[in-house]
Amino acid sequence: MAADAPVPAETAQTATTHSAPRRLVLDILNDWVTTVDHKKIGLMYIGYALVFLVVAGIQALLMRIQLSLPNNDFVSPQAFNSLFTMHGTTMVFFVGMPILFGFGNYLVPLMIGARDMAFPRLNAFSFWISAFGGILLYFSYFGASGLYGAGSAPDVGWFAYAPLTARVFSPGHSTDYWTLAILLSGIGSIGTALNIVATTICMRCPGMKLSRMPLLVWLYLVTSSLVFVAVSPLTAAQIMLMLDRYIGSHFFDTQAGGSAVLWMHFFWIFGHPEVYILILPAFAFANEIIPVFSRKAIFGYAAMVAASVGIGFISLSVWAHHMFTVGLGAGANTFFVLATMIISVPTGIKLFNWLATLWGGKIHFTASMMFAIGFLFQFLIAGLTGVMLSIAPFDWQLGNSYFVVAHFHYVLVGGILFMIFSAFYYWFPKMSGKMLSEKLGKWHFWIFLIGFHLTFDFMHVPGMLGMPRRIYTYEADRGWMIWNMIISSGAIFQAAGTLLFVYNMIWSYFKGPVAGPDPWDAWTLEWSTPSPPPAYNFAEIPSVASRRPLWDLKHPEDPDSNYE
Amino acid sequence: MARTVWPDLAAQIPTGFSHGSTSIFAPAGTPAHSIFGLSMLVLGITLAIFLVVAGLFLYAVVRYRHRAEDANASREPSQIFGSNQIELSWTVIPILIVVLLFLATTRVIFMTQSIPKPASSLDINVVGHQFWWEYSYPKLGVVTANELHIPVSDPKKPTPSYLTMTSADTDHSFWVPRLAGKMDLIPNQINTMWMDPQQAGLYLGQCAQYCGVQHAKMLIRVYADSPADFAAWVAHQKQPAVESADPQAAAGRAIFQHNSCISCHTIAGTVATGRFGPDLTHVASRETIGSGAIPNNPANLRAFVDNPEHFKPGVLMPAMHMNDKDLDAITAYLASLK
Repeated sequence: MAADAPVPAETAQTATTHSAPRRLVLDILNDWVTTVDHKKIGLMYIGYALVFLVVAGIQALLMRIQLSLPNNDFVSPQAFNSLFTMHGTTMVFFVGMPILFGFGNYLVPLMIGARDMAFPRLNAFSFWISAFGGILLYFSYFGASGLYGAGSAPDVGWFAYAPLTARVFSPGHSTDYWTLAILLSGIGSIGTALNIVATTICMRCPGMKLSRMPLLVWLYLVTSSLVFVAVSPLTAAQIMLMLDRYIGSHFFDTQAGGSAVLWMHFFWIFGHPEVYILILPAFAFANEIIPVFSRKAIFGYAAMVAASVGIGFISLSVWAHHMFTVGLGAGANTFFVLATMIISVPTGIKLFNWLATLWGGKIHFTASMMFAIGFLFQFLIAGLTGVMLSIAPFDWQLGNSYFVVAHFHYVLVGGILFMIFSAFYYWFPKMSGKMLSEKLGKWHFWIFLIGFHLTFDFMHVPGMLGMPRRIYTYEADRGWMIWNMIISSGAIFQAAGTLLFVYNMIWSYFKGPVAGPDPWDAWTLEWSTPSPPPAYNFAEIPSVASRRPLWDLKHPEDPDSNYE
Repeated sequence: MARTVWPDLAAQIPTGFSHGSTSIFAPAGTPAHSIFGLSMLVLGITLAIFLVVAGLFLYAVVRYRHRAEDANASREPSQIFGSNQIELSWTVIPILIVVLLFLATTRVIFMTQSIPKPASSLDINVVGHQFWWEYSYPKLGVVTANELHIPVSDPKKPTPSYLTMTSADTDHSFWVPRLAGKMDLIPNQINTMWMDPQQAGLYLGQCAQYCGVQHAKMLIRVYADSPADFAAWVAHQKQPAVESADPQAAAGRAIFQHNSCISCHTIAGTVATGRFGPDLTHVASRETIGSGAIPNNPANLRAFVDNPEHFKPGVLMPAMHMNDKDLDAITAYLASLK
């Protein structure tokens, strides 16, 4: 009845001013939660990954504090074990995968002149199911507290070797949270991979033959195909592990005749292609960014495509190089040595083609390009330490030591993270409409570069001096302390650099100069729409005649279409 | 932070490969030597590749930087799309390097993993436990724990030690860098490896596969003894436990046998026949307790029996929480088990 009564003008006024911002927030929230726009989903993937990047980064800092002195007790062994488990799981499944899928989601439709992904609703479903996986993993910190053995985070290591994951050795629920989180993340990854494959196959604009697709799109096609093949066995293994833990099956239960080695095969047939699933998108960014800032077309497009597809196939036959010390025998070891070494050939081809792209160019040292050049040097070193580890006898010494930890962080941080930073400086203007500060970007680059090299160059040394990974402390007489202190000091620089980057993004979003549609004078289709692009991407579906449609527009006197 | 130890900084500076070294570059046995030789070849080749490729990158980045002061700074450089000859050359050269590395690697793999076992070799069974090592010498009738004794192997008359390994619980990995590469201990599976130290001495290592809470303090001590010392050690270990005449030790023996100690530990010649924990028949002849965690002396023994969690959080041995008198007696008994 009060509703019928006339409201005094003054009250109406206040009601409006109070509820308007509230409605605005709810509208925005509703808009993001229900969106099926590939750009918004891409940004959510990226934002979600950045949050977890900071979380897992803090976990790394805590571990580095603990390890800077021998016999330190900054954290307990139990806490340390869950720190490295959560750090690894988070970085691979809830930082690496979502951030790369985020960029893929955002860029693939724009670069092939499409208005959205092939299956927009599947896209939203995949994001939310992955996001839920991450939340479930972290819920294990408080989840079910009060029950026996529960309420602590998983501590079985990110590759969770059997039989440590069996109920006898891991009572409580933390391992179940881990399994479920990986299972959900895997379902999300397969959904998005399927979507990217369908989008690249079916949604290209007129004139964009496969041979005219930007290399970024090619690499996302290879990565997504690998996700199908690699994530499926991982998902199967998680289901088997759950059956072992809950209904008493014995796949991995060694006390009842199960096999610990079976889990290793399941895990690494996922785990090694996973490395390429993560690095191929980094290659994809390099393939777009290096040519634009060298002002030259990519050298050897066909060879780059062939090398990417080659890496995809060979990466499926190298998994047991993680198992050189498992006792597979001389014959099997020899096969996996050869397969692993051969993968360095197509990888080398890529590096050499980037070199040839720089050669004779006019290199512009933007923050984005500086990160890309850092990537080239660091990925070269990571590749060469990879060759060392492919030598099975050398791996009998170096495997599971800090040398391996240094090697794969060189790939993941020196390679992938540097290229992700590079991609941020390059595409942030497209995504937000504002330029990132170049000055802060260069500070970010130098500080992070110093931190990276302090930490990961010196991390090779304790490995060669016999320090295994995953130990919460070490003996004082081994001569490892000095190296561990240097490694830990680098972590401070990396944290400072990352803070500067986050500050740069926030500051630039509000105060940065307007970007305009094409701030880098680039050549692919995403730069032909406004920044940020409208929901429909292109007012008119473009049609292309070469690999660099905007070059053709800008240089009508000398279009690429004359040469291809 | 009470237990944080600030070690002498000078002691932290790597001083060659003296005591405490676990460097893979100080090989002291054949498998470690052949890996060392191969790794030098690989390091040489990868260093050469690095210098050439990084040098070219550096040259390109400096030489082809954009110069604003150039007359034609705003013109695009000439666009080059590729060259089949060049692509072919940087495909073939890496393949040749791969072939070379592969052949060298195969040689070492088969030399280490497929050579026939000499008749003069010593057999040792190793079982990994959370978080300690069980060693038994089936042909010599010796069982011990955590401190492995093997004979020095003279290259002219080799007496290598062959380890046959498995695990009682989770995965472990046996790694003594100066003697050989690592080999995993996996439940339900038998793995083998061999070592032939050529100089007497103590070689350190530790478990290299994450095996649970106390993975970090599952340390390895391998004593390479001269043939005479080794024979003496074996003769001593074959004896049943010492029956000390000291009344306190005798009281300790009674306490040991009336408590749950005997369900997990064996002391040969007594009723203690448990196999869940390390064999203690000659525990006092060992230099460390807790799988290398702390030096073996009466004070540490007493504190360890009272509350092993203090030294190894997550250890499977329960805190015995005895009264002082019983603790003293148990300590006297264990210390008498030379």
